Amino acid sequence: MVLSLLRYGLRRRHVPWRVIPPTPDRFKPSYDVVIVGGGGHALAAAYYLAHRHDITNVAVVERGWLAGGNTARNTAIIRSNYLTPEGVQFYDQSVRLWRTISNDLGINVMVSERGHLTLAHTDAAIRTMRWRAEVNKHYGVASEVVGPAEIAALCPELNLSHEVRYPVLGALYHPPGGIARHDAVAWGYAMGAAARGVEIHQMTEVTGFDIDHGRVTGVRTTRGTMRTGRVLQAVAGNSSRVAALAGFRLPIRTVPLQACVSEPVKPFLDTVIVSGSLHVYISQTARGEFVMGGATDPYALYAQRSTLEFKETLFSDMLELFPQLAHMKMLRQWAGLADMTPDFSPVMGLTPVENYFIDSGWGTWGFKATPVCGLTMAATVATGKPHALIEGFALDRFARFDQIGERGAASVGS
Amino acid sequence: MKIMTCPLNGPRPITEFACGGPIKERPADDAGGARWAEYVFIEDNAAGIVLEWWYHVPTAFWFVAERDTRTDTVIRSMTVAAWKERGGRP
Repeated sequence: MVLSLLRYGLRRRHVPWRVIPPTPDRFKPSYDVVIVGGGGHALAAAYYLAHRHDITNVAVVERGWLAGGNTARNTAIIRSNYLTPEGVQFYDQSVRLWRTISNDLGINVMVSERGHLTLAHTDAAIRTMRWRAEVNKHYGVASEVVGPAEIAALCPELNLSHEVRYPVLGALYHPPGGIARHDAVAWGYAMGAAARGVEIHQMTEVTGFDIDHGRVTGVRTTRGTMRTGRVLQAVAGNSSRVAALAGFRLPIRTVPLQACVSEPVKPFLDTVIVSGSLHVYISQTARGEFVMGGATDPYALYAQRSTLEFKETLFSDMLELFPQLAHMKMLRQWAGLADMTPDFSPVMGLTPVENYFIDSGWGTWGFKATPVCGLTMAATVATGKPHALIEGFALDRFARFDQIGERGAASVGS
Repeated sequence: MKIMTCPLNGPRPITEFACGGPIKERPADDAGGARWAEYVFIEDNAAGIVLEWWYHVPTAFWFVAERDTRTDTVIRSMTVAAWKERGGRP
């Protein structure tokens, strides 16, 4: 192995592993579907349009490079222990898709079901967890409220002492919760979509839409205009800006969400640990790094900067839970743009513009939904009717005062 | 640390404040559910200069501030009275 590695390293004509086809030089005369955005959700939708609906005359347009936005900026956690019937059924379908995704896409997405503990530090949090556990179990999702003894057995590394500011009273235990390799998801869907004929146009920014009598007919970009029958917008972090180009507004405020990763060490933490009250979540990757995130920033912003407040509050709370991490060094820190909705649920389906579909409002809960978003949005675009699993997430639910309140199940909503 | 200048308390760390969201024109009481839903839920969410309600939490003081959401800079802040003098309508 050492010799083959050496030979590989010294080989002169090394051919890079080219998983994503190069951007075509010019556009086709017209497309059946143009997908705005080149992240996980958009690429998944492209894949399922081609794979399940035989719609292959599709172009994906991305302003930067593939999966360089929130797909690369999340903390890669997967779970389905939500609060509302709509949320639980939707994310449960996603967990099912995650289980077979590596085989389906032919790329190792490294899905790792670790068990997921949401810690409760107050009686109110315990009450919400009992509610969540009952809704979860009703829909067949493994979810249970556990006490300190069971927490200690599941995660012996966690500090369960009462000599802290917020002692752990209990937790919601969700065995299917886990993590995955976020880049691989996007690459896998891009490869699968491209193999079926989908064009992927990187470094192509959308500047406007051609709309004729309320119906979208074209997408204007920095590289020319694409004629198309249908458009799917999937641009987390920029949903309001792109929707404004199409002439409508959304119930979204964009705020940064910051996260960081430590130096790699030997395996130490198996479970995924979340505290909704402390706004802390942490997991250890297969490489040994600790991925940590905190609360969303307190005001609307499009800047992906980092703040001292984030580090101070995250680390002071983190060290109460894991005092062992005191000597760990941080390797990287970054921010993603979270499109927060008033009810902490996404906005998916039809829009005021005919043949213009939207997948947005993915605040801090978007990565885990990547497969099911692709699946349901592809069906919605193909049939022109919202998929049954996303009917509740329609944009017009706010005008009907029919929100899907998921705040109680959000880890980081401040 | 980001500093917000409060018209009452002077420059203070922005962590002492709460953002009340962008200033929108309030509909009439009888404007109907659709208009009120739009007022409550729908946002411009502009990437650029926005005029917002801000609140200094320790002194319970509401005021108006202008910010650039692309660069995270506070451009100016003013009392509600000063904002009304400039033509603002709450």
